[in-house]
Amino acid sequence: MSGASSWSFREEDAKRIQGILSGFLGESNARTALIVDRTGQMVSTVGEAPAFDSTAFASLTAADFSANDQLARMLGETEFGALFHQGERESMYLADIARRVILVVLFDNRTTLGLVKLRVKTAVVQLTQVFTEMFNRDGTSAPGVESEFLGEAEDEIDKLFGA
Amino acid sequence: MSMINYASREINCKLVYYGPGLGGKTTNLEHVYNKVAPAARGKMISLATETERTLFFDFLPVDLGTIRGFKVKFHLYTVPGQVYYNASRKLILKGVDGVVFVADSQIERMDANLEAMQNLYENMTQHGYDVSKIPFAIQYNKRDLPNAAPIAELQAALNPGWPVTDPMKQRPLPDPHHDSEFLVSQEDGQWIERAPYFEAVALTGDGVFDTLKGISKNVVKTLG
Repeated sequence: MSGASSWSFREEDAKRIQGILSGFLGESNARTALIVDRTGQMVSTVGEAPAFDSTAFASLTAADFSANDQLARMLGETEFGALFHQGERESMYLADIARRVILVVLFDNRTTLGLVKLRVKTAVVQLTQVFTEMFNRDGTSAPGVESEFLGEAEDEIDKLFGA
Repeated sequence: MSMINYASREINCKLVYYGPGLGGKTTNLEHVYNKVAPAARGKMISLATETERTLFFDFLPVDLGTIRGFKVKFHLYTVPGQVYYNASRKLILKGVDGVVFVADSQIERMDANLEAMQNLYENMTQHGYDVSKIPFAIQYNKRDLPNAAPIAELQAALNPGWPVTDPMKQRPLPDPHHDSEFLVSQEDGQWIERAPYFEAVALTGDGVFDTLKGISKNVVKTLG
C-alpha cells in the first residue's frame, strides 16, 4: 500500500447517515450531531448549525480522540470507545464508529448525559453498519475526478500560492 | 488518503510538515497564513507550550477554490519536532496525503535532521505508508545562515534516494526546480529516485510557497 486508502462519501451515504442522526437527535434532545473522520476532516453535520469554525473543530476532535486512544493503550485498554466533555452549559459526547470516524454529539441542559448515552447506542450500531459497508466498497467503484481536474487544480495552485 | 465527499462536493488533502525541533515548520505555516488571501484560509490553530514550542500540532486550512464542481481544501499540519513528543507526532501522520520534511541547514543540526528523518520513516512504516510512494518534498531551511551546510552535503545525508524498481520509471527525470539536476537518474548502474527539494528562509518567506506549490501539485496528481 502506498499511502492510506482513499474513501469516498456519496450522496446516498449522506442521506442514510443524516436519517440515522436526525432520528437520534429527535430521541435524545441533543442539539447537533457531527461525523468527523479520524484524520480530522468533517464528514457530516445534522441538527442546529454550529456557530464555530467546523474545520478547526474537526481537526481538534480527531486529535482529541487519537490522544485518548493512546492513553487507553497505556492503561491496557485497546481503546476508549467513547469520551465525554462536560461544560457548564454545553457538553459533548464522542463515540467511535468502525475505528475510522467519530460521532460527536453536542448537547445542553435541554437533555441529560444519561439520555444521550442511552440513545447513542442504537445510532452507533446503525452508523457502524453504514460505514463498514462504505469502507468495504471503496477502491472498487468510486468514481474519480474528471481528467481536466488536474490541469485546473494546478492553475489554481499557481494563482493562490504565487506563480 | 484524500477523502472525496460527493455529498458536500469536497476534496480534502492533508499535508504534514515534519522535521527536527526549531527547524521552521511552524514558521512555514505562519508565513502561509500571513500571505495567502484571507478569504482562502481558515483559522490557524496552534497547540503550543507557553514558550511557543509546538506541543501537539499547528493546523491551517487553505481553500483552493472550486474545481470542476469540487471544493478543494488543503489541511496543513505541523508536528512537534522535539524528540520526546513522538507519540503525538505519529498521530498527526494518520491519513497524510503529502509530507514536507523541513530540515535545518545549520551544520550543527545535521544529527537532529538525520534523527528526525529516521523517525519519519519509522512512523510512516508503522502506519503502513511508504515515504517513497507518496508525495514527499524536502525543504532545506535557514539557507541565509553563515553556518548552513552546502546543499550537496545535505542531499547526500538526507535525500540519498531510493531504488527505482518499476522498469517504466527507469529513465532520467529532470528536476523541474533545479537546472541540470535529476529526480530520477542512474548511478553506478542503479536507478535512483530522490524527493524534490527546495531551499528556503522561512522567516522571510523565501521558498515557503515554492515548497507548498511543489507538494500540493504532487498531491493533486494522486487524485486523478
